[in-house]
Amino acid sequence: MDAGRLAPHGTTIVASKFANGVLLAGDRRATMGHVIAQRDIDKIFAADQFTGVGVAGSAGIAVDLVRLFQVELEHYEKIEGTALSIEGKANRLGTLLRGNLGLAMQGLAALPLMAGFDPANDRSRIFSYDVTGGRYEEHDYHSIGSGAFFARGSLKKLHDSGHSREQAIYVCLQALYDAADDDSATGGPDLTRRIFPVVTLITASGFEVVDEETLASSVSDLINNRMRRPDGPRAEIGGV
Amino acid sequence: MSVPFYVSPEQIIKDKADFARKGIARGRSVVVTQYDEGILFVAENPSRTLHKVAEIYDRIAFAAVGKYNEFESLRVGGVRLADMRGFAYDRADVTGRSLANAYATTLGTIFTEASKPYEVEIVVADLGKTIDEDQIYRLRFDGSVADERGFVTMGGSADALSKHMRKEWSPGISRSGALRMCVQALSSAGHEPHQIPVNQLEVAILDRTRSGRTFTRLPSEVLSAELGNQVSPASDSTTVEDTPGESGGDVGLSDDPGGSGTNSVS
Repeated sequence: MDAGRLAPHGTTIVASKFANGVLLAGDRRATMGHVIAQRDIDKIFAADQFTGVGVAGSAGIAVDLVRLFQVELEHYEKIEGTALSIEGKANRLGTLLRGNLGLAMQGLAALPLMAGFDPANDRSRIFSYDVTGGRYEEHDYHSIGSGAFFARGSLKKLHDSGHSREQAIYVCLQALYDAADDDSATGGPDLTRRIFPVVTLITASGFEVVDEETLASSVSDLINNRMRRPDGPRAEIGGV
Repeated sequence: MSVPFYVSPEQIIKDKADFARKGIARGRSVVVTQYDEGILFVAENPSRTLHKVAEIYDRIAFAAVGKYNEFESLRVGGVRLADMRGFAYDRADVTGRSLANAYATTLGTIFTEASKPYEVEIVVADLGKTIDEDQIYRLRFDGSVADERGFVTMGGSADALSKHMRKEWSPGISRSGALRMCVQALSSAGHEPHQIPVNQLEVAILDRTRSGRTFTRLPSEVLSAELGNQVSPASDSTTVEDTPGESGGDVGLSDDPGGSGTNSVS
């Protein structure tokens, strides 16, 4: 039996590295079949001070997975007096995910995308997962969820690891806009209700949620530019 | 075949209590005090990694004196209990009172049933929304609990410390004022008055101005800045920390072998 249609799912989560750290962002829509179950859901969580997790898939399973992950990281930190290494965190998340394989095979899959700052090596890292708990480190950017392919295509043209914080926020909003443009289960920015994507930054100074004011002005730039070019910024082709 | 001597329950309890008290009195002291924006923990501790003060949960902290391995197992048990409860219910449902009750039960059982009581004394502090809602529980080796107000002193020179604190302490004191007072008390009330090197102070706070996890350790730089010449600069003589047998080196792994009879009893 495919139980997947019974629970909210559908999402786009993007992670991309920039000059000072890594950005993790997600849209706000949860769907149940063809119905929008919630329009302001938050799919990005701080797992600890230097790690964020974005989730796609069955909402209930995903949120529980993150809750368990958060408590495990905090528990380790308190017992040992030091935080887990970022590889340790990534491996542990894979093990927790593996525990959900049975439910995933019945259609209730949840997948995380983990982004974090690695204080030991002074650089940011992105880890993606498959449903069996396999863990894969990504280089510069990655996306998961039903709109992931559209977002990744967008990031491929716009992303630059040397971007400033403002540029990185703008690029990820473009990618999420492109995902919402072509994927029915991903929500775009809702100007009437002032519901914007959740954008978080993880740097050497920790996990930070970008405030609504910054997002509002960045989204308004984006919309103004899309009024002129609905498909978004044009890439340089060079050479020809 | 020899017939065992009859020993009255009163005598057994008294012997155990004396034994535990002696063990605790050998160690260095800890002071816990309320201040206007939180709860302050100050311990004289030569080790930077074997802590006497620790975080349990968002607004709950733990301080202990006595045998390191014993209070460390209590601390780990407390963290486990708090994290399990917070995960099963909600973070708001983890309270200092329930933790103090759990510790009291554990210590009480060990005191009556084990052949050797724990040589520890601990404080569980729960930070309230206001200073009046702060809770500080002091737990003795036999499982008795006291609900304290203001400040608590524990360890070898607890009485002298307490006398000093009672003279100086006033409600609503500032953090730096409380810190100076505690360090003053610790340096004057020890085995002999001495100036404590700044890297032998373990200081932490539960900070009411923060949300979420409020427990914060104050690093040496902050302490030096706040205490000025009240402490001596960092000394390198921290090698005592893990050496069993140092009198007062209570963070060390065990008491002096044979000195207290600890090892022969267990």
